[in-house]
Amino acid sequence: MSASVLFDAPGPRGRLRNHALTVIGVLLVAAVLYGIYTGFDAKGQWEGKIWQPFLEWHTWELYIIPGLIGTLEAAAVAAVLALVFGAVFGLARLSDHAWVRIPAGAVVEVFRSIPLLLLIFFIFYLAPMLMGGGDYAFMAVVLGLMLYNGSVLAEVVRAGVLSVAKGQSEAAYAVGMRKNQVMRLVLLPQAVTAMMPAIVSQLVVLLKDTALGYIIAYVDLLNTGFKILPAVFFGSLIPAAIVIGIIYVALNMALSYFATWLEGRSRRSRKTAAAPVAPPNAAGVAAGLGAKGGGVPPDSGAD
Amino acid sequence: MDDLITYGPNLAEGFLNNVKLSLVAAVASLILGTILVAMRVSPTPVLRAAGTVYVNVVRNTPLTLVLAFSALGLSDQLGLVFSETPRTNSFWIVAMGLSAYTAAFVCEALRAGINTVPLGQAEAARAIGLTFMQSLRMIILPQAFRTVVAPLGSVMIAMIKNTTVATAGGFVADSAAEMKEAFDTTGASIPIFLGIVVGFMVLTMPIGFFTGWLSRRLAVAR
Repeated sequence: MSASVLFDAPGPRGRLRNHALTVIGVLLVAAVLYGIYTGFDAKGQWEGKIWQPFLEWHTWELYIIPGLIGTLEAAAVAAVLALVFGAVFGLARLSDHAWVRIPAGAVVEVFRSIPLLLLIFFIFYLAPMLMGGGDYAFMAVVLGLMLYNGSVLAEVVRAGVLSVAKGQSEAAYAVGMRKNQVMRLVLLPQAVTAMMPAIVSQLVVLLKDTALGYIIAYVDLLNTGFKILPAVFFGSLIPAAIVIGIIYVALNMALSYFATWLEGRSRRSRKTAAAPVAPPNAAGVAAGLGAKGGGVPPDSGAD
Repeated sequence: MDDLITYGPNLAEGFLNNVKLSLVAAVASLILGTILVAMRVSPTPVLRAAGTVYVNVVRNTPLTLVLAFSALGLSDQLGLVFSETPRTNSFWIVAMGLSAYTAAFVCEALRAGINTVPLGQAEAARAIGLTFMQSLRMIILPQAFRTVVAPLGSVMIAMIKNTTVATAGGFVADSAAEMKEAFDTTGASIPIFLGIVVGFMVLTMPIGFFTGWLSRRLAVAR
């Protein structure tokens, strides 16, 4: 509880002040909510007519669920590719050979620092030049997400392997294991436990960023909500936005709680000699160059 | 290379818009984030809950959705207008959405900083008779600010990169939009892409190095 660092247990006067603050707080929150309510009301956004479509299975079946599938599909493919990319480049950065280590490091640093949308645009325009006409929206989203999130995951993998106590690899070498065996049998199994929470937090970022596909007209949940549904049901933009907003928040919160739970588990775990890796700064579309070890400390996954 | 020279002025103008957006959003999100963190650590349960709900909802919403909703929902449908000129209006709409989004991350970074101050520090401060304000001002906040420098730097870097999503909020004058416009005629041009990427690196790298250096310099030895 952060409150306990900042505040003493209140005395009688303090309690009185806190009660007064509570009343003011309730009034403020109520005022804001009422302001939103009347603002919507003035523009007729609470009319049953425009909310009606969202109560019908038909709307979900034809529009929302296909959009959701579009989002999940892009996220799933990108997640698998990003994990592979991250594992390969993360381990390559740990290589003993400079000719592997340095190029891998350069690739990771560059892709981590490019704004993701620019990367997606570039792939979107590059693909038709290389492969002829066609719809490359899906490919652009997936490859962009793979390169960016893969680079962040590469750092997670590297941090995970480095976080295993040195004695572990020394002991493994001492019993005569080869480099490959040390990595495969001793370091990685322990590192994976430590990395899991950070990986899942990064997957939340990846899932959120699939929404960038909206800008290049990939048919995902966001596109369904802002372009397709308002076109079909006139005037229903705000209800559609609220409904898909709730779906996004629910999906991401579920994943975030899963990450927090995993983290608690790996913190208690006795299977590994490594402390959990801090999530690589969950600040949305992009963590930055400075994120190295500077990510928000692990307790910020959820409240 | 010719492409970069031909479109250079447009791209530079777009990039300048990214810089402007970053500056506005940096100031606004730091202020809003500080207010949010004050709510989240306040002794008032209602404000605490309101802050928590805001942060968790906003953090789990894609920025693209926030910006598209600000433009299409708040501005077009509900009539939130900052200026009569469409371009100026969309600039402020995007700045508002981006600040509201980044503020949630600023709040989390600040709160994590407060949480790193050990309880013993506050207890010791009270034990030697410091008042609440004194212990906050002389013991707790100075330590909290120091641990927060590097994470805040990361949040700001992410925010600068996020300014490219402005297109989703209807502001089609930033470097991503200008790049897209150039690509429409030239096709994917590597010099143009690299030019903008280098621009962003020039903007973000010093922030990363500076906050990294500052946080090492200020680090509290515990």
